[in-house]
Amino acid sequence: MRFIFKTDYDQDIRILKHSGYWWSYGVLLAVMLAAPYLLGSYLQSQLVFVFIYAIVGVALMILTGFTGQASLGHAAFLAIGAYTAGFMQSLGVPFIVYFPLAAILTGVVGALVGFPALRLHGIYLVIATIAFAFIVEEVLARWESVTHGNEGMRVRALDLLGMPVPRDSEAFYYLCLLVLVGAVLLALNLLRSPTGRAFVAIRDSETAGKSMGIDLAAYKVKSFAISAAITGLAGVLFAHKMTFISPEMFTLLLSIEFIMVIIIGGAFGVHGAIFGAIFIVMVDPFLTALKDDLPVLVASIGDSLGMSPEAAGQLREKLAKIGSAAGLKGAIYGLIIMMFILFEPYGLYGRWLKVKLFFQLFPLYKRATFKRQKTYVKSERNR
Amino acid sequence: MSFFTVDGISLQFGGLKAVDNVSFSVTKGEIFTIIGPNGAGKTSIFNLISRLYDPTSGRLFFEDRDITEVPPHQIAKLGIARTFQNIELFENASMLANLLVGRHCHATTGLWQEMLFLPGVRRAEKEHRRKVEEVIEFLDLQAYRDKLIAGLPYGVRKVIEVARALCSEPKLILLDEPSSGLNVEETDDMSFWIRDIRSELGITVLMVEHDMTLVNRVSDRVLALNYGKVLASGTPAEVQAHPDVIAAYLGA
Repeated sequence: MRFIFKTDYDQDIRILKHSGYWWSYGVLLAVMLAAPYLLGSYLQSQLVFVFIYAIVGVALMILTGFTGQASLGHAAFLAIGAYTAGFMQSLGVPFIVYFPLAAILTGVVGALVGFPALRLHGIYLVIATIAFAFIVEEVLARWESVTHGNEGMRVRALDLLGMPVPRDSEAFYYLCLLVLVGAVLLALNLLRSPTGRAFVAIRDSETAGKSMGIDLAAYKVKSFAISAAITGLAGVLFAHKMTFISPEMFTLLLSIEFIMVIIIGGAFGVHGAIFGAIFIVMVDPFLTALKDDLPVLVASIGDSLGMSPEAAGQLREKLAKIGSAAGLKGAIYGLIIMMFILFEPYGLYGRWLKVKLFFQLFPLYKRATFKRQKTYVKSERNR
Repeated sequence: MSFFTVDGISLQFGGLKAVDNVSFSVTKGEIFTIIGPNGAGKTSIFNLISRLYDPTSGRLFFEDRDITEVPPHQIAKLGIARTFQNIELFENASMLANLLVGRHCHATTGLWQEMLFLPGVRRAEKEHRRKVEEVIEFLDLQAYRDKLIAGLPYGVRKVIEVARALCSEPKLILLDEPSSGLNVEETDDMSFWIRDIRSELGITVLMVEHDMTLVNRVSDRVLALNYGKVLASGTPAEVQAHPDVIAAYLGA
């Protein structure tokens, strides 16, 4: 157990609170930098998706986790970023121009979406953002002169100052990593300054925030704009990674995946976005592997337990049939999210903190430390 | 003109007159208490002053300035801070973060600066922190610095709310039932702090309170309300002896 003796205000402002963090995050960064040379191309590609999802996760964390404004429209912001990249590239605009431009454009759109949010709360805001996402999807499908409609759009390899950066290259991996680290630092910087605290204040009590001098309208719009702009950056990377974009890639389901990233990760800290992104991206290959291998595995276990070969074969076929049933992935996603909300509302990061505390306090950990209890002190809030 | 004046203010919810043509003025450096039975319109007056409600008629003046039309988020900047009857702290943040939000009206740093955490932001943060530490010391809250509000007992939260209001360095502080839900000992502490706020920090106190012992102990002047109307005003003893006030509390 580490006790920190505070002698300086800087110790509370610092991002890495003590020397232990320098070590652990240093090692993490080193591993991430070495990963392309250690992992196969498949895992490297998966990691790029983890980074892109994590960037969106950080963006959504700022809006939903910290400001408390739920959004099911982030797929639309991603789409706007992606299409900005595709369209600008076809006009011959260089990457270093359209990359920030995509952020600015999505930021402006985000601010516009933020305005109705000033009057909407909770479920109504969710519905408004869904409506926005549908509008964007429809515009992408109809505005054929720019987006090529439902045919979709090809995005050429990224060209960074004359140096081509193909989607599978190490350079692309490092670019995504850089943008993610940048987004994380930006979020952490906001959190330790007045703007971030104003966001948290809006989440917890709008009335109190208002009387402490927080201009609710301005800060909600700011939060939407920042969140959208970061998502726009992720959109550009997404477009270059996919090399082909079409409206049906940016549906409500993608927005739901993004919300799942922060719920499963733990919607109370930037770590949560990263944990959630790893989970969401990796659950897909895991399910695929399970679908292929599980029937064979179960059948061979049955075989060794003395099942007749015909019965084992039947069992294998049955499992394979269930495994390839349509909608299974969605059902499993739904089950996972329900389990998290029921049993671990603080998400993977919350679980991580609990495990960490267990080892820090070992052998003095008390079982009731994190026992969840209903609180009966409740006051009526006037929003 | 005086420090703070409420001039003929009314607030109407449909047919209900929550506040009916109330006027009073507070002089600098006094402790002014509003009393009255439940539903008399005390908290409504506070909500009018902090501009959460728009008055139906009447005006509010603070330091010779008409604040009737000022948007709610600029009230703190003018030097009026408040606490809430049912505690409106930011539950899922540490006490330190809560108090730093109290400094929000003095924030000078811009969004871009903050995203990059330029040296100016760090300087401003330390300055805010220094001010917050003064308040922490003043109200003896050192033990709770990094604790989440959600895990703190009610009595402590009540004090933290006062601390948050003090962090904005107000000239006038509105305390909405500072002793509600506190035990005898905590109410005692609160009465000392209210007097210290006035005498050591020089902040004028406007307070809504039910606990008459506390009212008698700290207030310079008292205003009694019932059904939105002023019944009586004057020193605590005068108001308590007033026949209308006795009738309102005990029934006539």
